[in-house]
Amino acid sequence: MHLAYPAVLSVLLFCTGLYGVLARRNAILVLMSVELMLNAVNLNLVAFDVWLSRAAEDTLHSGQALTLFTITIAAAEIGIGLAIVLAVHRNRGTSDIDRLRDTAEGHDPDHDSPAAGQAEKAEATA
Amino acid sequence: MTTTTLAVLVPLLPFLGAVAGLLLGRTAPGFVRPLAVLPTLASLVLAAVVAVRQGGGQAVTAATELTPTGSVPIELALDVDGFAALVALLVTVVATCVQVYSTGYLREDPRYPSYAALVSLFTSAMLLVVYSGDLMVLLVGWEIMGICSYFLVGHYWETPEARAASIKAFLVTKIGDVPFLIGLFALATDAGSFRITKILGAVASGGLDHPTVIALLLLAGVAGKSAQFPLHTWLPDAMAGPTPVSALIHAATMVAAGVYFVARLLPVFEASQAAMVVLAVMAAVTMVGSGLAALAQDDIKRVLAYSTIGQLGYMTGALSVADRGAAVFHLLSHGAFKALLFLAAGVIIHAAGTNSLAAMSRMGHLRDRVPDAFWTMTVALLALAAIPPFSGFFSKESVLGAAEHVATGHTEHAPGAAGWTVLIAGVVTALLTAAYATRLWLLAFHGRGTEAPDHGRQPLTMTVVLWVLAVPSLAVGGFAYRVLPDWFDGDDLAPTLTTSVLGTGVALIGGIVTYAAWRHTTSLAMGVPLGAVAAHPEGDAGQVEAEAIASHTPVYGGVAYAPDPADPGRLLLGPLHRHAAVGFHLDSAYRTLFVRPVQGGAALVRFLDREVVDTYVRGAGALPRWLGIAVRRAQTGNVQTYVSALLAGTVVLAVAAVLVATGA
Repeated sequence: MHLAYPAVLSVLLFCTGLYGVLARRNAILVLMSVELMLNAVNLNLVAFDVWLSRAAEDTLHSGQALTLFTITIAAAEIGIGLAIVLAVHRNRGTSDIDRLRDTAEGHDPDHDSPAAGQAEKAEATA
Repeated sequence: MTTTTLAVLVPLLPFLGAVAGLLLGRTAPGFVRPLAVLPTLASLVLAAVVAVRQGGGQAVTAATELTPTGSVPIELALDVDGFAALVALLVTVVATCVQVYSTGYLREDPRYPSYAALVSLFTSAMLLVVYSGDLMVLLVGWEIMGICSYFLVGHYWETPEARAASIKAFLVTKIGDVPFLIGLFALATDAGSFRITKILGAVASGGLDHPTVIALLLLAGVAGKSAQFPLHTWLPDAMAGPTPVSALIHAATMVAAGVYFVARLLPVFEASQAAMVVLAVMAAVTMVGSGLAALAQDDIKRVLAYSTIGQLGYMTGALSVADRGAAVFHLLSHGAFKALLFLAAGVIIHAAGTNSLAAMSRMGHLRDRVPDAFWTMTVALLALAAIPPFSGFFSKESVLGAAEHVATGHTEHAPGAAGWTVLIAGVVTALLTAAYATRLWLLAFHGRGTEAPDHGRQPLTMTVVLWVLAVPSLAVGGFAYRVLPDWFDGDDLAPTLTTSVLGTGVALIGGIVTYAAWRHTTSLAMGVPLGAVAAHPEGDAGQVEAEAIASHTPVYGGVAYAPDPADPGRLLLGPLHRHAAVGFHLDSAYRTLFVRPVQGGAALVRFLDREVVDTYVRGAGALPRWLGIAVRRAQTGNVQTYVSALLAGTVVLAVAAVLVATGA
């Protein structure tokens, strides 16, 4: 199989993931998009490892080994990420990233913006 | 134990008592009272033993070098001569009486532990001053007294009067202490030692190069500590402290330190005729001015405060005519009867619920409520007015006799001008002293009007002490003038006929004139009701006094003043009364001369700092602040925006890297 197929597939996957991270509003979907990007990288790693090991006499298959690392870390990351999303949802009643703006400059945690509350209502009625 | 060991223990015991009292004050409140009274009592016994062993003979001296300084060494020296032994005895007697009295006076005070410890520390510092043979060590005790008086005068720090008075006492005495310190250095440089014995030796052999400068510098410190004109203004205000503190600090010990210091170093002052004349003029102004001011005061303790200043004037007067025996004799007898006067005044304030003489003069039967205070105060006032045979008569006549001795031509030690100044001022002051003593007695004990409130008997600790102090006020003078010359320089202290007749005569005239004025004005008292008493008459004496001090200004319109037409002092002083009541406007003069310029300077510095220096600092910070404001706008809180920016940056960097790598 030509190297171009997995490479193009991986680029497509990565771009889909990138779009999801940048544009999705639900935190869970953002996490899923991160997974897509990681897997695009994994695909790349495996494809290039196979391509390179074809020429070499003996190889350590370091690309495949690195993929195993990535999968493990991705599992841990998704566990922690989902736990955080769950905690945020329990705490705030939403996992909408656009509403989680506590780090904004000039944000006042004492009276949680009545403007945001009104916007929420407006959104609900719309 | 040797006399030296005993003498070392005398200042050490109250110091240890103070340390233990401060440490145990919270954890073991049961020990506070014994720790306050017993060390002072023990050092009283030891001081008595030291005095008996010393016996007026050869001075007990001991010294060990404290620290090598490179030039003049500082030595931990002990020098107990007849003066030191007797003054230490006075200090310990008064301190013990005050400690015993305080256990009753402040029995419900929550700050009693720290108060008692400070009184002990104060006593120890005074004893250090008395026994020390090295001027630097003496200065340590001198300054500890200053800081202790700051804390003790400010004991009722809830009242603004006490806060202001404690700061004023501290600052005014410090104004004197700065030249004092320079004077000590100059003296030590000239004499080559801080040891008093060596300095006196150097003076005797004419080794002082600048006696006038040194003496005048030292006099500034003495004037501050001993409340002499023009640095006396702190003492009347310091009456905002508790009465036992007034008795201890402002009658018998701290103010005595200045007089005692001059007495010890009298040859240094004698070396300069100018210093002696300055001392005499200072004493004369102090005596007459304080006598007039005392006649116009309304607060019973302020009368006593001005009287203290006047009696200290007698002592400095005696020093200015080079008779330190007479000065210390008056110091001893005055210490006894003035402590008694203050402590009795405390009892009266407690019983009457007010410190105002105008209010007391409208109270019937006050003397039946406090018979102990009445009788002992009568004794002490007679001693103050120098009526024979009370002790004040003998000591005051010894001062006047010494002045007369110099004025009549025996000018080998002191200039004749000093003699005449002190003699005339002393006789005038004798008249004024008798007048204000009579006024105080008549207004406090012969009031007419509503019954004085009855709070039951005063605590035993407060009344017994009065009788203990009444004994020396009554009897000591009569035989002391025969015994004391053996302890002092050997000069005769017996009263001479001329000054005795003159002094007693003017004292009697002063008393009779005041009585006549009082008979004349007392009928007016009914027409003008006056008086406010403490809100908690059942509280302990300290609380009653604090309330009386706090309420004096709102009720009568001034700390020292009451609009009372029945006051005999008002009739006697005539137009002077208005000025005398405020201490001849010296406070407002100082305010104009010193306080206002300092405040103006402070305002200028504040303006320069806030408006000029700060402008540059703020200007330097403006550009980063504006940049920060611009950058802060990017901080929206939306994580996806941040990631987008990150991506854009990465892409730009990647493209740039590729372009660089390909060489385009």
